[in-house]
Formats: sequence, structure tokens, C-alpha cells
Amino acid sequence: MTPKSYLTCTVALLVLAAPAHADTLRLLTWGGYAPDAVIEKFEEATGHTVEVTLSNNEEMVAKLRATGGGGFDLAQPSQDRIAGPQAEFGIYKPIDMSKIDTAQITPSMLEATKANTTVDGDVYGVPHVWGTSGLIVNAAEAGSVADYTDLCNEDLMGKVTYRLKRPTLIGFAFAMGLDPFAAYGDTAAYQDILDQVEAKLVECKPVVKAYWSGGDELINLMRSGETVAAMAWDTGGWKLNTDNPDINFVAPASGALGWVDTFVLPAQGRADDAAYDWINFVMQPEIAAMITEEAGNFTASQGADEFVNDALKAQYQTSFPPEAVDNIRWYPPVPAEIERIEGETLDRVQAAS
Amino acid sequence: MTADRAPDLECRALTKRFDTMTAVRSVDFSVPAGSFFSILGPSGCGKTTIMRMIAGFLEPTSGDILIKGRSMLGVPPNRRPVNMVFQHLALFPMMNVAENIGYGLRRQGVAKAEITRRTGEVLERIQLPDIGTRKVSELSGGQRQRVAIARCMVLEPDVLLLDEPLGALDLKLREKMKIELKALQAEFDTTFVYITHDQGEALVMSDSVAVMNAGAFEQVGAARDLYYNPATAFVAGFVGEANRWTGRVTAARGSEAEVRTDAGLTLHARGTGLSQGDKVEIFVRPEAITLAHSVHAVEGDANQIAVQVTALLFNGANSRVLVRDPVSGAEIDVALPQSAAFADLDKGAQVHVGWGRDQSLCFAGTRA
Amino acid sequence: MTRRLGFFLLLAPLVLWLGLLIIIPHIDMALVSLRARTGPGEYAPSLQNYGDFFTQPLYLMTFARTAIMSVLATLITLIIGFPISYYIAKIARGRSQASLFLLCLIPFWVSELVRTFGWIILLRETGVISNMLQWAGLADQPVEMLYNDAAMMLGLVYTSMLFMVVPLTTTLESLDDAVIEAGYDLGGNGFSVLREIVIPHAMPGIVSGCIVVFMLSLGNYLTPTMLGGKDSLWFTQLIYSQFIVRFNWELGAAFGFCLLGASSLIVWGMLRLSGQTLERTMGEGA
Ligand SMILES: Nc1ncnc2c1ncn2[C@@H]1O[C@H](COP(=O)(O)OP(=O)(O)OP(=O)(O)O)[C@@H](O)[C@H]1O
Ligand SMILES: [Mg+2]
Repeated sequence: MTPKSYLTCTVALLVLAAPAHADTLRLLTWGGYAPDAVIEKFEEATGHTVEVTLSNNEEMVAKLRATGGGGFDLAQPSQDRIAGPQAEFGIYKPIDMSKIDTAQITPSMLEATKANTTVDGDVYGVPHVWGTSGLIVNAAEAGSVADYTDLCNEDLMGKVTYRLKRPTLIGFAFAMGLDPFAAYGDTAAYQDILDQVEAKLVECKPVVKAYWSGGDELINLMRSGETVAAMAWDTGGWKLNTDNPDINFVAPASGALGWVDTFVLPAQGRADDAAYDWINFVMQPEIAAMITEEAGNFTASQGADEFVNDALKAQYQTSFPPEAVDNIRWYPPVPAEIERIEGETLDRVQAAS
Repeated sequence: MTADRAPDLECRALTKRFDTMTAVRSVDFSVPAGSFFSILGPSGCGKTTIMRMIAGFLEPTSGDILIKGRSMLGVPPNRRPVNMVFQHLALFPMMNVAENIGYGLRRQGVAKAEITRRTGEVLERIQLPDIGTRKVSELSGGQRQRVAIARCMVLEPDVLLLDEPLGALDLKLREKMKIELKALQAEFDTTFVYITHDQGEALVMSDSVAVMNAGAFEQVGAARDLYYNPATAFVAGFVGEANRWTGRVTAARGSEAEVRTDAGLTLHARGTGLSQGDKVEIFVRPEAITLAHSVHAVEGDANQIAVQVTALLFNGANSRVLVRDPVSGAEIDVALPQSAAFADLDKGAQVHVGWGRDQSLCFAGTRA
Repeated sequence: MTRRLGFFLLLAPLVLWLGLLIIIPHIDMALVSLRARTGPGEYAPSLQNYGDFFTQPLYLMTFARTAIMSVLATLITLIIGFPISYYIAKIARGRSQASLFLLCLIPFWVSELVRTFGWIILLRETGVISNMLQWAGLADQPVEMLYNDAAMMLGLVYTSMLFMVVPLTTTLESLDDAVIEAGYDLGGNGFSVLREIVIPHAMPGIVSGCIVVFMLSLGNYLTPTMLGGKDSLWFTQLIYSQFIVRFNWELGAAFGFCLLGASSLIVWGMLRLSGQTLERTMGEGA
């Protein structure tokens, strides 16, 4: 045998020797969605290994776009970031629903997500974790804050913080009595809404201490008392509540904004089986509860709530009386054009002084 | 140089101590106006330290420096009427020649036209009238030298300090610049204080030379004095060439002494205050020794030895003969007379050498 | 012939590096910047992105602001860095020289993120300095020093200091002490020696330090984002948001090229103003 054919044989043997079903799952997800304990259990149960990369919505899409949907086997963007980028860049592949254990998933969420992530008849997303954004309020100092627009109150001068991102635009629009979601299909109408929101945000600017850009920054600002009211995620509020009972998440009068983070398959993922295994594994109620404890948010796993600790349940119930749950406004898929004009609005708000 | 005129430069008990070492040790000297004064000494003896104190870059530990009778203590360098030509010249590389020379005048606030005139004038005097616009890096070594001097002289200082300015030049150019420097000093009629470790430079140019060793002055005097009447063993050894022996006095009578060298040579010398058993150093200049084919020629000399030629070191007018005393094995360095009698002297030849008692300079040994 | 081959083989890694990591991505970016979206997933060649840059006052204003602040940061860094470099190169000796240099280097042992967090901890309203001022009785209520242009400037200068000090120290070290002394000896005072001798000699170092610091400030993202106030939009933030948040690579790429062009222009201007050439500053200064 020539050296070359030796090599070929060795490689062939190695490939054959490896267990056919054990893969490396490259997971692109949010902090807290893949706790080490869960990964350990999963690797034990399936023989797959998991590599986690932490990210956020925008970066997930940007990364997948840069590689044409390669580099990862499973990603977790929010449900409103699936249809648009898929139509635009084709970075995902359809989900084979027959491989998903749908019985484990809350039916209403599954159906809503399917509807929102369908492009040309194919479904691209399965729901995983959901939560809301709304207000975090220090009741001792800013008890009057009940809606987004209250963040402009003069008596809170220099003690307010929020992000300069699209949830802020949408939250303010609802609080101002407008309906941005209804205008998604009509760019001109949407622009009109944005112009009103822009004027409001520019007017509010003196009241703002800083536009926060990372979760840690927000937590520090609220915990130190440098700010007393903020627009942020529910989990942030609950985390702060554990340290300081005065601070808690408040669902705004005009409705909290509901988001669902999903599972999607990147277009050039190489370990689809492992990806399906992971989805079915983490949707088991006990596992899903572990993730809730880590991430602070509830999941679409049917019956997982039972396994969640009481403190978290109590915080949730304080923030969400039943009418507030009904009032949640779920993000519909966002068209690319809408994001572009929103971006311009945000830039103008930041630059205004 | 009248006696009542204060000297241009005077140092009194000048001392400089760095942390642990004393670089300059109670040095006294004065330099009359218009003279060329040299400080000669081996590397590291403290010459530059003296210069830097005079120029104002170092504060003396004690002692005083007077220029034209005025104490310079506490006067910053830019207010002293002295200028310095640095060891490596320190021309300003970012300026051309004319700007270099005009720098000091600009600092004095002299008008532009006046600067141009005086710069041109000084360039004439150093015989480089057309190089004003040249870059410093485009000059030859000798030209730089002259520009460095012109840069100081245009300010008409009372005293010009020169710190081994010829050190960086090659031998030929150094010889030429020696003569030129002396001429420049005459031309500008300024007091020069010149430091060097090269005795040739010091002896040729100076009106007066101070020989320095380990932070102190050994002797100050005219070149001829230092050469013929050295005050210490160090001066005798450092200034000019000499055969040097160490030995002990075997007999002393008045100013005459008989010395037996460590190699076993018996010499007759002149020296005062010596007594039997003293350790001494004896110096004999090569040119003071008479070389002869026959013993009669050296009959009158107090010292006469029959020797064998071991080497001929030909160097034109400075040629030497190395001879050996077969008894003691001592080597003696003798100047080769420029006469036909020795034109065919060869290695191995038997000759006689001799010198007078006065030619043996004898010093009570401190370093033996 | 073989020597030729050897030469090309030696050169190959450099050419590959330049080609693969710099030139090819730039060509790709240039092409991206020259197209516009016409529909979902459809693009057509167009100059619209560059048009946007020049017609939208927001973009031009942001660029101008970024450039002016960067120039300011560069000047402040120079003014602070020059005495430090002079001290290191000419006055400090032996051990203290080495330790001073090390002091400038220390900030670079931690990541930029940690460094910036350090400033946040110091400057924030409930931070170290504010508390110390209150404790010392110099302030009767918390003082907010974060989230403004001054804090951002502080961060930029701090981050850039080393890149100014290194070339400056190198050029100043190459200045013979005797030349400075000659300056004094011939009647100069501290100021005139500095102006006529030290600065002209250090010019290549000053210019190369300034170029590097200017480029670093212009291209900084983290410091303006974390220390800057609510009004402080930095041009790199615009580029980042076009690429990452808006998915608008076309405009982002066009911004990138505008930044490249404008900063090259400013550097060229600096060189012209100071009478230096790029070869000289980079050769002698760095
Ligand atoms: N700043 C200083 N600190 C400590 N010691 C010094 C300092 N400057 C000079 N010395 C020491 O003082 C002594 C005299 O130095 P100086 O420079 O005066 O010598 P020099 O005679 O000019 O020698 P050279 O002919 O080599 O130039 C040397 O031993 C030197 O090491
Ligand atoms: Mg010296």
C-alpha cells in the first residue's frame, strides 16, 4: 500500500469507529438558557457534546448572516426576528415538526409562534422562553410611575434610565395611545407614529440619566439608587426585588411587551439531529424549570411552572395580576423596512440635545 | 596681560563630590585673559566635571568660580559669559549652519539683519563663507568643528570652553585642526580653556597646561616645564615618552643618588631628600640617551651601559631603537640619531648607551 | 533564478496576509457599499448609500463631532504625554525610568472593558470619587461625573496615553543631552530650548504618536458607548448599529469607507501642517 492509501484507510476507520449518532451541538443562545447542569444531563443522556456561544438578537442574526447561516447548529432569536431575516437573507432552514415532541409545548404558544415564523408555507421557529419588558420602579421614590410616558415626569429629573432600542419606541407609542403593531404593514403610517414618539423622547431627554446598554449597567443603576425608574425586562426587576423589596417589575398600564425566544435551525447547521434532541430534552418540565430558575423567565414547556420555586412564582404574580397577563402585547414579526426607519429615529434621538 | 587685570577665569578650591566619589578635589587655577589653557589628564580624571561646573551645568560641592572677577555661583548656564564646544560638538541637527550660528544671537534678541551680518562675518573668519545654508549633516568633520567654534565665538564670550573637541576626528585631521585651533584662538583673541587626554594636543597649543590626575591637579606650567621639569612621577610618566624603572636607593649623597632597579640595573640619578633604602621611580627620556658604537663616545656620562640591539622601530624622525642590558636583562628605549653613523644599525649589534645624572629624573616612589 | 524564488517564498506570507485579511475583505466591503436594497434579498448597484451619508445631516454631524472630539483627545494626550515622555527619556534614570515606563504600560494588562469599568466605578454618582468628595466635605450631595463628554475624553486619553508616550520617548531619547545643554549654554531658556530644539527634534515622534492616537480615538467604540452621555453618538456606533442592529450592511460599509477616507484626509493634513512625511514619522518615530 502506498502511504496515501494508508492514510485513506485510517481516516475511513476513524470515521466508522465514531458513534454515528453522537454529534457536537453548536448552540447560539442567550445567557441563562443553557445552564451547565442541563448541558451535563443532556450530554449524559444523548452522548452529544454542546458548545455554547452567548449572544443577543441582533448579533445572532448578524453572525448567521455573515456566515450564510453557518457556524452553528441551533440558534435562539426572538420570534419577531425570524420571518423578516429569513425572507431577506435565507439564514434558517425549515423545522421538521414531526421530530419535535409537541405534546410538551403549551399549545397556544406553539401555534402563535408557528404563525409568526412561517415563510412560504414552511415553519421556522419553535417557542422556548418567554417574558416581557415593562417598567422597573423603586416604589419608595417613584411610586407614581405606572406607564412608559411617566418616565418623562419632571420630578424624576436625572433619575430615569431606558434603552435606546426598538422596545422603547413601541412601548412609548402604546403609552401615547398609538398602535404601532397595527401600522407594521403601512410604512407611512408607521413613520408618522415614529415621528410622534421621537418628539416625545427628545422632549424627555433631560429627565434621563443615561441610556443603558447592558443588563449589568441597568441593575447597577437601579440597585445603587442612582436611578429610580427604568424600562427593562421583567427578570431584571425580579432580580432587584430580591435585594431591595421596594424595587419591582411593574406591567405598564398600556400593556407589557411580550417576547418569545425560539429555537431555529441555521441554514448550514450540521447537527440537526442533535438540535432536535436538545429541543425535546429542554422542553421536559423538570429541565425547563431548571432553565427558568437560571434565566428568571418562564418557558413554553407545558407544566414546568409546578417545578419552579415559590419566590419566583410570587414575584411573577405580583407583577402580573391576571388582567395584566391578558394585556400583554406580543411582538408580531417585524418587517425589515420598519427596522430601518426605526433605526433612523433612534439615531436622531441619541444625537438630539 | 597686565598684573592688575583680573584673570578671565579663576577657580578656587573647586571641589565636586558625587554620591560616593570625589570627581574634582580642591582645584585652584587662574587663566589670564587671552591665553590658551589646557587641562590634560587620563580618561575619567574629572576634566569634563570641571568644565561642566564652569559652564554652569553642575553646581560645585564647594569652592568658587570667578569669571572676570565675578563669582558664577548660582548663575544659570544661559547667563554666564562662557560658551562651550562639546565633546561631540552638539550642533543642532534641526537647523542649518547659519541658523546654528545665529541661535545665540536670536536668544539675545539681536535684530535679524544684524544676525545675518555677524553670522556671515564669523563664517568668513573660519574660512567657510559659503556654507550658511548647508545642513549640519552635510558637513565634513573639520567643517563641523569650525562651525561649532564659530557658533560660540559669534557671541564673543569671555571664555571659550572646549571639551576634547578633536576626539572624534581622524589622526590627519586632528593634526591639522590643532594648528588651526591655535590660529583661531589668535584670530578671536579669546581665552580658551581646552581639555584633552592627548598630550600632543595640549603641548602644541597651550600657553599653560594643567596636568590632572584622579580629580586633582599635579602640576600647572608651560609645556616645556612639564616636559623637562616634571614635579611628580605622574607628570613625568604622562607627559612625553620615558623609560621608567622602579628601584631602591643604595647610596645617597646630597642631591646625588645611586639606585638599583628591581631588574638589577645600577643607575646614577639626581634627586633631593632621598636616603638609603627609599623606593624610587626613575624616568629617562629616550632622546636624552646617547647611542654610540664605541664606549669612548659615552665616557663622560654618569650612566653607561654596553647593550645589544633587540629591535629597530622605524618611524621617520621619531625612530627608536630597543636595546637590552645583557647583565640585568632590562630593556631600554633609545631615540635613533638621524645620522649616517647608525643608518645600517642592525638587530643584534653591540652598542653603548649613556646619559648624564641630570637626565635621570628620580621621584620618591609612591606607586612602586 | 533560485534566489528570486526564495525571495518570493519569503514574501508569500506577507502577501497572503495582506491579501486575505485586508485587501479582499475591503474589496468585498466596497462592493457591498455600492449596492442598494430593492426588495427582499434583491440588490442593485447604486451610490445611494454614499448619497445618504452626505445628505443626512445626522450622519455628517456625527462624523464631524467624532472627528473633532478625536482631534481634541489627541491634543490633550499630547499635552499630557509630552512632559511624561520628556521626564522618562531625559530626567529619570535607571530604575525609576523603567518603572515609569511600566506605569504607562500597566493599564494594558487588563482588557479595555475592565479598564472602562474601572472608570465607571470611580466616576459614577455613587462611585469612589463622589464618595470621597462627600467624605472630605467638598461636596454636600453625590456628584455625577459619568455620562458626559469629559468622562469620555478622560477614557479616550487614558486609553491612548501609551501610544503617545512610546514614540515620543523613543525620539526624545535619541536627542543628545549635549544638544539640549548647548541650547542653554548659548543663551536659551527653558521655553526657547523646548521650542527651537526639543520639539523640532521630537516632531516625527509627535506626529506618529498623534496619528496613532487620533486613529485609535476615531475607531474607539467601547469608551464612547460606556462613558459617554446620552447625547454622545460616536461614528463607530453608527457603523456598528448599521451592521449589527439594522442589518443594513450596505450603509454600514459605505460609512466605513467614508470614515477611512476622511481619516486619511485628516492624517494627510496633519502631515502637511507639520512638514513631515509618512516614511519619516513611521521610520523614526515608532
Ligand atoms: N553625574 C555623575 N554621577 C556620578 N559620578 C559621575 C558623574 N559624572 C561623572 N562622574 C564620575 O566622575 C569622574 C570624572 O568624570 P569626568 O566626566 O569628569 O571625566 P573626564 O576626565 O572628562 O573623562 P573623559 O576623558 O573620559 O571624558 C568619573 O569617574 C565619572 O564616573
Ligand atoms: Mg570628558
